Amino acid sequence: MNLIISNADGRPIYEQIAAQIRDSILAGELQPGDMLPSIRALAKDLRISVITTKRAYDELEAQGCVHTVAGKGCFVAEQNGNLLREAHLKEIEAHMQEILRLAAPCRLTVGELTDMLRLLEEESRP
Amino acid sequence: MNAIEVKNVTKAYPKFTVDRVSLTLPAGCIMGLVGENGAGKTTLIRLIMGAARPDSGSVTVLNVDNRDVAFHDLKEHIGVVLDEAFFPEVLTPRDIGRVMAATYRQWDDAAYQRWLTAFSLPEKQRFHEFSRGMKMKLSIAVALSHAPRLLVLDEPTGGLDPVVRDEILTVFNDFAREDDHAVLISSHIVSDLEKICDYIACLHRGKLLLCEEKDRLLEEYAIVKLSQEEFAALPQTAIHGRRETPYCVEALVERSMLPASIRTEHASLEDILLFLVKEGK
Repeated sequence: MNLIISNADGRPIYEQIAAQIRDSILAGELQPGDMLPSIRALAKDLRISVITTKRAYDELEAQGCVHTVAGKGCFVAEQNGNLLREAHLKEIEAHMQEILRLAAPCRLTVGELTDMLRLLEEESRP
Repeated sequence: MNAIEVKNVTKAYPKFTVDRVSLTLPAGCIMGLVGENGAGKTTLIRLIMGAARPDSGSVTVLNVDNRDVAFHDLKEHIGVVLDEAFFPEVLTPRDIGRVMAATYRQWDDAAYQRWLTAFSLPEKQRFHEFSRGMKMKLSIAVALSHAPRLLVLDEPTGGLDPVVRDEILTVFNDFAREDDHAVLISSHIVSDLEKICDYIACLHRGKLLLCEEKDRLLEEYAIVKLSQEEFAALPQTAIHGRRETPYCVEALVERSMLPASIRTEHASLEDILLFLVKEGK
């Protein structure tokens, strides 16, 4: 699993970590039952604050992505795949609404927006 | 458990007072202590180590009050590194190991040998032939070899090159990631502290200006660069210090109090402390 923390990313560090672990779970890279590195080990390796690492894990736990077994560690929870997918779709929808809102004063058609998206996709392809 | 608890400590000197300072360092964490020359960092460290007695207030280290007789034994578990290493000039690291074995009941010679190797310190070279970086590394090797649970470091990276500093910081970081370990480190090199600290405490003229979780500070504050007109439109309570030129205004702001349309830049810990200290004057 890759974890990349960037100052250029506007989000706080704990959110960046939580989001990337969540993505790894969603992508199947982390399987239910897999153990996450301990908070201290992760803080040590990434050279970040333990408090921040704990906040990331707390957030993942609150979202039901992982569960903590006292004295043993933190494990990837049995995922309700649909639920996670649903959450992502909702987020995508919210962003799309924002696009439509911004596009209106520019008089952009949905066709033009689709072209833009296609271009972006092509550019981001490795 | 807390590694260090400083409660309302005051100590008055003829020209300087450490004024009602309170701070807590939880176990497993690293706290960075910053402040200008003469802000009271070294005095605070002396008060924590019991080398100076406060006029009022109390200090607890690893759950022991530092006025208690038990504190004397506890000192075995505190590794102290000051900005100048203090070993007799003619001794070699091997000699120093022997002296320390007689000084500390908890002395772990195997650990000492490991640190000498890890820091590439020649066992048979005399101390006065060491470079500044080697002296500091030796001092740290000694501090780490008597089973410490707490490291108290006063300017350990001052005057060292970036490579050695990073090497030393990694050692401190690894040390603190054990459950019951903690580190208190004072430094003027704020970027060093930004790399490894969980908490930042800032002293200013003997008073504690702030004591906060580092990442919260970095989340909370940002830099904006705006025209005079744009700047005037910001909520004044969001602004913590500014730097004006005829061309633009640069300011430290609280992110949460800004309108979403304002573009912000990442503020380094150094930016934050510089602006806050200037504001505090």
